[in-house]
Amino acid sequence: MECVRVPAADLDGESSAWLSRLAAGGGERRAAEGELYARLVRIASAEVRRRSASTPVTGPELDDVAHQAAADAMIAMLAKLGEFRGESRFTTWAYRFVILEVSAKLGRHYWRNPPVALDAGQWERLPGRFGLDPVRHAESAAMLAEVRRVVEDELTEHQRRVFTAIVVDGIPLDALAAKLGLRRNAVYKVIFDARRKIRQSLVANGYLDEPGVEQR
Amino acid sequence: MSDFGALEKFLRTDPRDVGCDQAMAVLHIYVDLVAAGDDAPGRYPGVAAHLLACGPCGEDFAGLLLAVTGG
Repeated sequence: MECVRVPAADLDGESSAWLSRLAAGGGERRAAEGELYARLVRIASAEVRRRSASTPVTGPELDDVAHQAAADAMIAMLAKLGEFRGESRFTTWAYRFVILEVSAKLGRHYWRNPPVALDAGQWERLPGRFGLDPVRHAESAAMLAEVRRVVEDELTEHQRRVFTAIVVDGIPLDALAAKLGLRRNAVYKVIFDARRKIRQSLVANGYLDEPGVEQR
Repeated sequence: MSDFGALEKFLRTDPRDVGCDQAMAVLHIYVDLVAAGDDAPGRYPGVAAHLLACGPCGEDFAGLLLAVTGG
């Protein structure tokens, strides 16, 4: 995934104008920063509203998240202005900062009023998460029992805790990452490895037919 | 698709999946390609695989795409 620096001359006109204004001094730069910040606030506000159904954060706290995300994104983006390589439009590059800030802040704010505690282990809810009915279908019950056996017997303690929190209890990945002080990627990798291990066991025990479990 | 469709799909891993860090590092490029109607999955298959499998990164993709196309 090679990143190639694009000469300023190859930038689209709008991106060039943004960079020129942000590189200028005095009032021109302040005006550009003000305009960009207003856009980040608008995008952050729209984004928290879009995600409101999937977070316990509500009301004025959502507005706080949006404004905090915009402010922090603005600072981070200006600090990295020299790293903009022109591989995308400038505004797309800038907006990425605020989208990622919204995710991180919603993850942290989750724990102010969490609908489920860490380590709750609500295994009875797992069938519903995958649209299975173990009461009506014995095969579903057996398969889910095998999933639980693998989680409890074959995953490491860390894998088991992460898998249970995210898949069984439905805690958002970013919220768990914030709680455990981990990067999103680190949590995702744990889940990725757990998925692969569970699937291998389900195939080996005849619950799934397809043998082709991909290896990373 | 069997009765286990959703669970089966969740457990299936894609070897092309680049993970969150690499996907988010090029998210702005990927989104501009999608917004322009270019073949973003063809150019970045590992990112496309990841965005399908990772809920949070998929949300970030959707949010950024909306920001550049609808805002």
